[in-house]
Amino acid sequence: MTPELKGFLLLAVLKMLVVFTVVLVGVAMLTLMERKVSAWMQNRRGPNRVGWAGLLQPAADGVKNIVKEETFPAEANTVLFILAPAMMFIPALCLAAVIPWAAPLPVNFDWNLPLIGYVSHHGPMSMAVADLPIGFLFVLAVSSLSVYGIAIAGWSSNSKYSLLGGLRSSAQMISYEVAMGMSLVPVLLLTGNSTFTEVIRAQQQGIWFSASLTLSFFVFLVAGLAETNRLPFDLPEAESELIAGYHTEYSAMKFSLFMIGEYANMITVSAMLATLFFGGWDLPGRWDEGGTGLATLLTGVAMFLKTFFFLFFFMWIRWSLPRFRYDQLMALGWKFLIPLALTYILVVCVAVWGIENVAGITSPKVRGLILFGLNVVACYVVFFILDRGRLLSGSYRRQAPAGVRG
Amino acid sequence: MLRSYVPILVLIAFVVANAILMLGVSHVFSNYRRTAVKIAPYESGIPVLGDARERFSVKFYLVAMLFIVFDIEGVFMIPWAVAFQQLKGITGLLLIEMIVFIAILAAGYVYVWKRGAFQWD
Repeated sequence: MTPELKGFLLLAVLKMLVVFTVVLVGVAMLTLMERKVSAWMQNRRGPNRVGWAGLLQPAADGVKNIVKEETFPAEANTVLFILAPAMMFIPALCLAAVIPWAAPLPVNFDWNLPLIGYVSHHGPMSMAVADLPIGFLFVLAVSSLSVYGIAIAGWSSNSKYSLLGGLRSSAQMISYEVAMGMSLVPVLLLTGNSTFTEVIRAQQQGIWFSASLTLSFFVFLVAGLAETNRLPFDLPEAESELIAGYHTEYSAMKFSLFMIGEYANMITVSAMLATLFFGGWDLPGRWDEGGTGLATLLTGVAMFLKTFFFLFFFMWIRWSLPRFRYDQLMALGWKFLIPLALTYILVVCVAVWGIENVAGITSPKVRGLILFGLNVVACYVVFFILDRGRLLSGSYRRQAPAGVRG
Repeated sequence: MLRSYVPILVLIAFVVANAILMLGVSHVFSNYRRTAVKIAPYESGIPVLGDARERFSVKFYLVAMLFIVFDIEGVFMIPWAVAFQQLKGITGLLLIEMIVFIAILAAGYVYVWKRGAFQWD
C-alpha cells in the first residue's frame, strides 16, 4: 500500500468514527428533543428529572433498555425475530456516510506511525465519509433496504398487530419511494451529476433548488415524511389502532435498534433535504475555495442548522396534522404525488431545454430565477386550481359522508 | 474511482459489528423469567385467537407489483437526466425521447388507474 492510500484510509476511518458517534449521540438527543418539543407544543414540561433539564434522560433510557428483560414470543420465528432490528439499524446508519457535512478541509501530513508505517495526505479532504460518484443513488438504494427489517419484524413476530403494521409499513414505504425517486430526477437534470458535491456546487452557481425546483422539494418532503413513518404518515405504528405496529412484540435493545434506525433515517432525510434543496453546507460567499479550517467549521455549522431545522419541522408537523386514513395515504402517494412528479419532470426538462436553446440563456443564476417564476405559477396551478386546497385542508376523501361536500 | 467505495465497506463492517454488540450486550445483561402469559403474542389482553400466519389482502401484492413497474421507470429516468446536461449537441433529441417515454408511461398509468388498481378499500 502506498502512503497516500494509507493516509486516505486512515482519514476515512477517523471520519467514519466521528460520523457514527455523532449520529448515535444525535439520535439519543433527538429522542429527548422529540419529547421536549411535544411537551412544549402541549404546554407541559416534558422529561426534567434526569440530569439538568432532562439532558441525561436518553442515557437513562439506554441503560434501561440494555438491562431490560428480552422477550421472545412463543410462536415467533426466532432467527428472523433477532435479525429484523439489525436489518433496520444497519442501512440507517450506513446512510449518513455519503452526505458531505461541511466544505472540504485541506489536510496535509507526512507521518511515520508505529504499526502502520508511512502515511501521507495532501490536498482537500471531502467532509463526507465516502464521497461516492453515485451519491444519492446510494441513498435511494440503501434507504429502501430498511423495508426488509420492517417487513421481517412484522411477519416473524407472529402477532396480528405486528403483521398489520409490517404490511402497512412496507406498502407505504414502497409506494412513496416511487415518488421520491421521481422527485429527484429534476435535481439531476439541473446538476448533470449524481454526487452530492456537484449538487451543492450547482446550487452555489445558480440558486438553491428549493426555489428553482419547489415542487420537487414538496414531493421529496412529503415522501420523506412517509419513508420515515412520521406523522401524518405513521400508520405503521398508529398507536390507537395497532399498539406499536411492527415492533409490538419487541423489547429491550431490539426495540432500541428500531428506534435508533428510525431516528437515524430522520437525520438522513433532513440532511438530504438540506443538501439537495437548501444548498447543503453552502453559505453566502465562496467558502469552499478558501479552504481553511474556519470555512469548514462555519459551513459545518450551516449544515447542522439546516438539518436541525428540518428535524424540528418533522416534530412540528407531528403535532400540527392529524393522521391520514390508509386509503387517503395510498391515494396521495399513487394518485397525486406520482403524476405530479412525472408532469414536473416534463415541465422542467422542456423549460431547461427552452431556456438554453430557444432563449439562449446559459447563466445558471438567470436560469434558476426563470425556473423560480415558473414554479410560482406551477404551485398556484397545482394547489389552488387542480387540488383546490383539498390536500392542504386534509379532506382528501374518496367518499364524502352525507351532508358534507368533499 | 473504486477507491471511494472502500470506506463504505469499512463502515458496513463497523455498523454490523455494532449491531451484534448491542444485541449481545442486551442479551448478556437481561434476565429471563419466562411465563406462559408473557411469551404469548400481545392481543390487548384477551386470550390469543389463532396465530398471525393467515392470508392477508391481495392489495399489498398489487402495490408491490406496481412499485416494481414504476420504480424501474424511475431508474431509466435517472441516467437520462444525468446525460441531459452532458450531451449538449443532442438535447432536442433527448427531450423528444423523454416526452415519448413519459407518454407511454402515462398511458400505462391511466390504464392501471381506470382498472382500479389504486382504489384502496
